[in-house]
Amino acid sequence: MQSKNLLELAGAISSGAVRVVDLTFTLSPDFPVIVLPPEFGQAAPVRIQEISRYDGRGPAWYWNNVTFGEHTGTHFDAPIHWFTGKDLPNNAVDTMPPKDMIAPACVIDCSAEAAKDPDFVLTVPLVEAWEAKHGRIPERHWVLLRTDWSKKGWRDYSNLRDDGAHTPGPNPAVMKWLVEERRIIGFGTETIGTDAGQAGHFEPPYPAHHFLHGAGRYGLQCLCNLDQLPATGAVIVASPLKIQNGSGSPLRVIALVSAS
Amino acid sequence: MIDPIEPPRRKNPLLRTRLPTSPPRPRSRTSHGFTRAAAEGRFMLQRCEACGAFAYPAREACPACLSAGLAFVDAPRRGTLLAETTARVPSDVYFRERAPWRIGLVRMDCGPTMVAHLHADCAEGAPVLMSFQLDKSGQAVAFARPEGETPNMADDRQWREMTADPKFRRVLVTNGRSVIGQEAAAALKAAGAKTVFVGVAEPWRPFAGEKLLRGQEGIEVVTLDAADEKSAADLAADIGGKVDILVNTTEHVRPGGLLDRRGTSIARDEIDQAYLGFINLAQAFGPAMRMRGADGINNSVAWINILSVYALANWPAFGAYSASQAACLSLSQCLRAELRPGGVKVMNLFTGPVDTEWFQTVPPPKVAPRAVAQAIVSGLRGGLEEMYVGDVAEEIRQRLAANPKALERELDR
Ligand SMILES: [Zn+2]
Repeated sequence: MQSKNLLELAGAISSGAVRVVDLTFTLSPDFPVIVLPPEFGQAAPVRIQEISRYDGRGPAWYWNNVTFGEHTGTHFDAPIHWFTGKDLPNNAVDTMPPKDMIAPACVIDCSAEAAKDPDFVLTVPLVEAWEAKHGRIPERHWVLLRTDWSKKGWRDYSNLRDDGAHTPGPNPAVMKWLVEERRIIGFGTETIGTDAGQAGHFEPPYPAHHFLHGAGRYGLQCLCNLDQLPATGAVIVASPLKIQNGSGSPLRVIALVSAS
Repeated sequence: MIDPIEPPRRKNPLLRTRLPTSPPRPRSRTSHGFTRAAAEGRFMLQRCEACGAFAYPAREACPACLSAGLAFVDAPRRGTLLAETTARVPSDVYFRERAPWRIGLVRMDCGPTMVAHLHADCAEGAPVLMSFQLDKSGQAVAFARPEGETPNMADDRQWREMTADPKFRRVLVTNGRSVIGQEAAAALKAAGAKTVFVGVAEPWRPFAGEKLLRGQEGIEVVTLDAADEKSAADLAADIGGKVDILVNTTEHVRPGGLLDRRGTSIARDEIDQAYLGFINLAQAFGPAMRMRGADGINNSVAWINILSVYALANWPAFGAYSASQAACLSLSQCLRAELRPGGVKVMNLFTGPVDTEWFQTVPPPKVAPRAVAQAIVSGLRGGLEEMYVGDVAEEIRQRLAANPKALERELDR
């Protein structure tokens, strides 16, 4: 590729011919985190502690100490996150190939189905129907599941009941199929995890984690603004923090979208 | 007979809020025997080990036989009011602002004669019951009340200076997700609090008792994650000027000590919730409470911590939790000193294992959350500083006082 094209891209971003869509929630202490039974280890919540704010602690400057778990806010899952990917090479956020951080996306709009059923699951026939309209999902693409879940209030967003969370996600067959037959680079959702709220009861449990990470692919969750993306043609930039042997990280996810 | 206090009117914004002042503070070291008694709601006097005579005020030798063996022991409270006087223009700023102020001379049935602050219904020649109370400078003073109940007894002006009665006051219960928090909110409301604000962290997470809590008149659910600096500061920005009583019901119990836990993440949560949460609450709400210590009928009066009695002695089965509680106990002493200029009491309520899911496998006796709530109310009404709720807490206290080393070995089971 000629450097001229890269400069054209930069120019198009600057002029607005290529739109930059922010797919990221603000990283804040009150954003819901994944809920595990309390006897398990818990993700540390986001904490923001002021070091100084133009005051006696530092007269001219404002800064914070920030702590959080790797899987808080809009975040990235690396293969090492799941037992299925634990022995793969370059499976952590610090060793993954940087080129995997930029890839195109197919956006499957299931917002109507998810509005009717919080336990909606994506299936192979649904993706095949999408392909009939938009073409076959190319290799090394992200598949992003649009549910408009990110537009909900946080109680409905986490949607916890006494039998667990009820949020949409993929079923086991479609995850296996997307990974093996479509060779996607990763799967992204608006919900709190890449898997459905009830996915612990699937076989295998948590199929998105199971199949994606077992094949060295990635996960993105707590995305927003997926409604601003076309079904095909957006390019996702998702570069997690380079945490030593990190299993994931909060990150800024942006999409480049041709404005025309 | 005294008139009931009226619900306070809204403040006149043209008037400066009256700043707290303190009654005289100096005491001899020996006199702090009374401070301890007052803190725990006991009536203790020195009693001669040789001749059995009771002595007052604090002495180094028995006034009857000059023996040096004078120990503080629980003493009979009954006496007779011999004489009373009313100070109309005292020279001390604190008392001048509160004049007229009645004091009296009480002849105790057990011997000594005591100068005491008087409840308005005490009459010359009539029997009284004596107690030691912590005044606005945190020091013990003798206080005489009528022997029996009188109408609106707790509304007495001088008595209310010594106590932290929830009546007409506004209370913040910091954690309403717990049963203790919910019981405390209900008990404080029933005790006459005007409003009980109840903090709920992570409001997106449902919790048991939520519907009932949200439906109660006079109980206002607010978002508060005490462990989050900004959340505490944001809530204080909203209601910090009208929190008269703060009940810190932070509860984060996890079993385990050191060797059978891996890493520090559970300990970090314990410190985050209990210790840093305490600091956030203190920094957010403490300054306004200290400033509002003399702000009328509904002045700020008390801060309550619910602590595990294992703050006093480590229980290895819940060893790291015990340590987090010990840290909070230490903070409470710091807070007490810092709130003292405002006359705001810091009350620690020690409990043994509470009847909640985290102590499920611990055999009884366990403390019922309702008993903790009732202790909060009675502690406030009595103006106490230290309370031990339930058999386990009381027993740990006594065993610690008798032999700390024995207790350490006994807790290692
Ligand atoms: Zn004697």
